[in-house]
Formats: sequence, C-alpha cells, structure tokens
Amino acid sequence: MKRISRRSFTAMASAAGAVLAMPNLAFGAQARVAVVGGGFGGAAAARYLKRLDKQLAVTLVEASRKFVTCPFSNLVLGGLRPIEEITHGYEGLAKDGVRVIHATVQGIDTGAKRLSLSSGSLLPYDKLVLSPGIDLNFGALPGYDRTAAEKMPHAWKAGAQTLLLKRQLEAMPNGGTVLMVCPDNPYRCPPGPYERASMIAHFLKTRKPRSKILILDAKENFSKQALFQEGWQANYPGMIDWLPGKAGGKVASVDAKAMTVKTEFGEQKGAVINVIPPQMAGEIARAAGFANDTGWCPVDFETFQSKMNPDAYVIGDASIAGQMPKSGFSANSQAKVAALAIIAVLNSRKPASPALANTCYSLVAPNYGISVANVYRVTDKGLVSVEGGVSPTGAPPDFRNREAIFAEGWYASITRDMFG
Amino acid sequence: MAHLRSIFAACLGLTLLSFPAPAQEMPLALALSCAACHGTDGKSPGAIPTIDGRSAKEMKEALAGFKNGTRPATVMNRLAKGYTDQEIDALADYFSKIK
Repeated sequence: MKRISRRSFTAMASAAGAVLAMPNLAFGAQARVAVVGGGFGGAAAARYLKRLDKQLAVTLVEASRKFVTCPFSNLVLGGLRPIEEITHGYEGLAKDGVRVIHATVQGIDTGAKRLSLSSGSLLPYDKLVLSPGIDLNFGALPGYDRTAAEKMPHAWKAGAQTLLLKRQLEAMPNGGTVLMVCPDNPYRCPPGPYERASMIAHFLKTRKPRSKILILDAKENFSKQALFQEGWQANYPGMIDWLPGKAGGKVASVDAKAMTVKTEFGEQKGAVINVIPPQMAGEIARAAGFANDTGWCPVDFETFQSKMNPDAYVIGDASIAGQMPKSGFSANSQAKVAALAIIAVLNSRKPASPALANTCYSLVAPNYGISVANVYRVTDKGLVSVEGGVSPTGAPPDFRNREAIFAEGWYASITRDMFG
Repeated sequence: MAHLRSIFAACLGLTLLSFPAPAQEMPLALALSCAACHGTDGKSPGAIPTIDGRSAKEMKEALAGFKNGTRPATVMNRLAKGYTDQEIDALADYFSKIK
C-alpha cells in the first residue's frame, strides 16, 4: 500500500470535510449506522446495509458470540438435527465489513444519538436499527417466572432452554403426558407451538409410543390449523389433543413444584410441561421508550422507522408490523426495507414504498412439510397481506415431501443470507 | 413508432440519470426478499432452485406461469399472485443480470 504523507493526508481530509457539508453523504463522509441485536432482523440489516452501501460504517451490537436459531429448534427436540447445526457465528459479517461488538446495550441516549455499552464504551450513531426480538413476559401467567422456567422450560429462545426441554423428553416415562401451554396472539412464530407438538410427537412415537401430548391453548384457533390437524391424524393418530381456550385450554396459573397447570376446568398434571408464556418487545426497546402500552414497538409501515424516534428503525418480532407474523422471514424482509430506507434518507431521497414477503415452513414429520406464504403491502388498511395463503389440504405425500425438502432449503438460504 | 420509442427511451434514460435510486428501489426491496428462500443474489446453497443468471424471458415466463396457475409449484404460485406484471418484469430483469 502506498504511504500517504501528512500533507497529502491533510489535503484529503479537508476535501472529505468539504464533502461532509454537502447534503449527500454518499461521497466520502461515512454515515454511522448502529444495529442492535444479531438475530434474523439485525444480522440481515447489518449485512445488507453494508452490501448496499460500502461507504456506511455499520456496527452490529450483539451480546452472544453464537446465535442459536429458533427456526429448526423444534427439529432438535424431534431428534432430527443436533443443536450445533442450528448454531451460527458472526465471522461472516465481520468479513463483509460489519464491525461486530459483543456487548449488551445498557442505554440509548436518543438526544446525543449514542449507545452506552456494557463494555463501558459509547457508540455514536447517525441511524439506529433495533432488532431486539422478544422478552418473555414473566409474571403475565401466575406462577411462571425465571425459576419456574428451569422446571417448565419455555424453549422459546433457542439454546440452553431447548436442550433442557429435550433432556426432559428423553427422561420422561413411556406413557406420560407432555403438556404444552400456548399463549394468545401476538407472539413469536405463530405456527411454532404446533410444529413443536409435531416434532415432540415424532420423538415420542419412535421412543415412547404410549405417551400423549395435550396442548392447552389460550386461542380459539391457530396458524395452519387444518393442515396441522390433517398431518397429526396422518402421522400421529390419537397422540395429540388440542384444547382451545373456551373448551378449557386457557391456563389460569402454573405450579412448577407440583408440575401442574390450572385451567377453568380443573388441574392438569404433566410428566413434561412446556410453557410458552406471553411475550413483549426485547427489554432495550421498552427501556428506551420505543414501545407503546402494548409492549411492542409502533413503526411506519413504509420504512419501519420508529414512531417514537425518527432516527431509529425497529424491525423483527419487536415491531408492530400489521398483518405480518413475527417470524424470521418477516424480520429478514423488514431488515431489507429498513436498510433501503436508511440509505435513501442518508442520501436525502424519499424511500420507495415497499413490498414485503413472508414464507414459513413447518415440519409435521420428517418427510411432511407445510407452509404459509404471503406478499404484504401498505394500503389504507395498514400493512396487509395482498395475496398468499397456506399449502392445500389433502395434498399427496409427494407435495408434503417437497415442502419438507424446501423447508431445509429455506433454512440453508436464510441463514447464509444473514450470516454470510 | 420506432421514433416514439427512442424518444421514450431517451426520457427514461434521463429520468434514470437524474434519480437513479428511486427508480430501482421498488423492485429492489421485492428482489431482496427472494433471497430468504433462493439465497443471496438468487444463488441458493440448498434445495430451493437458484434463480440468478437465467434469461429474463425464462424468468418472466416462469413467474407469469406461477401467477396465472399454469405452472405447478408448492409456494411460488401463492406468492406470484401478489406481484404486479411490472414487478415480474423488473424481477426477471434484475436476476437475469446477476453474474
């Protein structure tokens, strides 16, 4: 590399300074974008910000060095994949030019536009992307707190909790009942609990065939319901019972010591109890004032710009995204819309109106996949699905098998797309 | 007609020169969402078909076929119904140009 003399460096720096004063930041001045949270939204946002504008200084702040995906964590429970295969590092993002800092964000000074990090340093930004995911709302379900979660795992953040639930399934007696407690909407991954029931059923069918699964649901219906129920009948007849809220599914409280849950209709005992509690936006978004009284973050649907702060964009599960489900694919699609909007705004352009997409595969059995796929646009009714729907019911085995193969293809593609 | 078309092309060229990004952005947001299944830049690492580097004609025919239901699919027939014909053209052009 050619050495730059002090004089020529000064000349270059002042030329860059002149460019700084221009409204268009694309030439020379490095706009700084901080991305908080390295999951499906944040990792994709950081990677695409850098891919779309090499000039940007993009910093990703993520507490963990390894990310275990919630998608496909049900396959770990089913014994179809080891957890290592759904664990990812951030090396690819660093190689693409994203600065990756492993720390937690302790505060956001929206006035001074900087983050205070657990490492003690301050990170200034011009634009901020928040993708903090969910927090479990401990306390919303009486009896379910952090201590109870060590006996009745939620496994709704993948990792140690996934492995805990897996160990419990392996240790339970043949003929025992697995209770699943499912929350009301909105929550992360609408079809997730029912894919989980399927994968637990697959494990039990092969290892403890006299066992049963009872789903106690706060809702009256659920995502891809007809398809799941058709798949359960085909693969696990008589093994899975689903109780909707009004039929006694709504759980009033849980007792982790007694391993029981209370519903309006009485008490249920389980050999293993998986409690998926109500949820809310990740703590940092709420603490910094980006959430409203629902516990989730309102955004402009065209750009995912926060309604609470014009320099911030909230994407993924933490955002209120109209009819889009809280899914990894939604977060990925929103990350790209926010990245394009940020680059447009930094260059004094008006962001274009977006089209967003979501496709969620669920595995009912190893060769039996189902999906929901939609295109979303902003209309006078908000951010709504304009087209799409679920897989057909009554489809032949070959169709289900192809969707199972495509589910794996989706996982390979989206994880490569976000981590490089 | 040819003359008119060249005037139109000239105007379009001028518009693109003056506002390069907005003219591109609409298909770009849509095109980038394809990556979640078909891979970054349409280069799939897994079982879902790769979509980069095919001719624009082939891509347009495929997407139009998914949209009008003449081409069987698992997911794409549901998604393609949500794209306008202009978007299908833009998507086909976009992915045909990726090397």
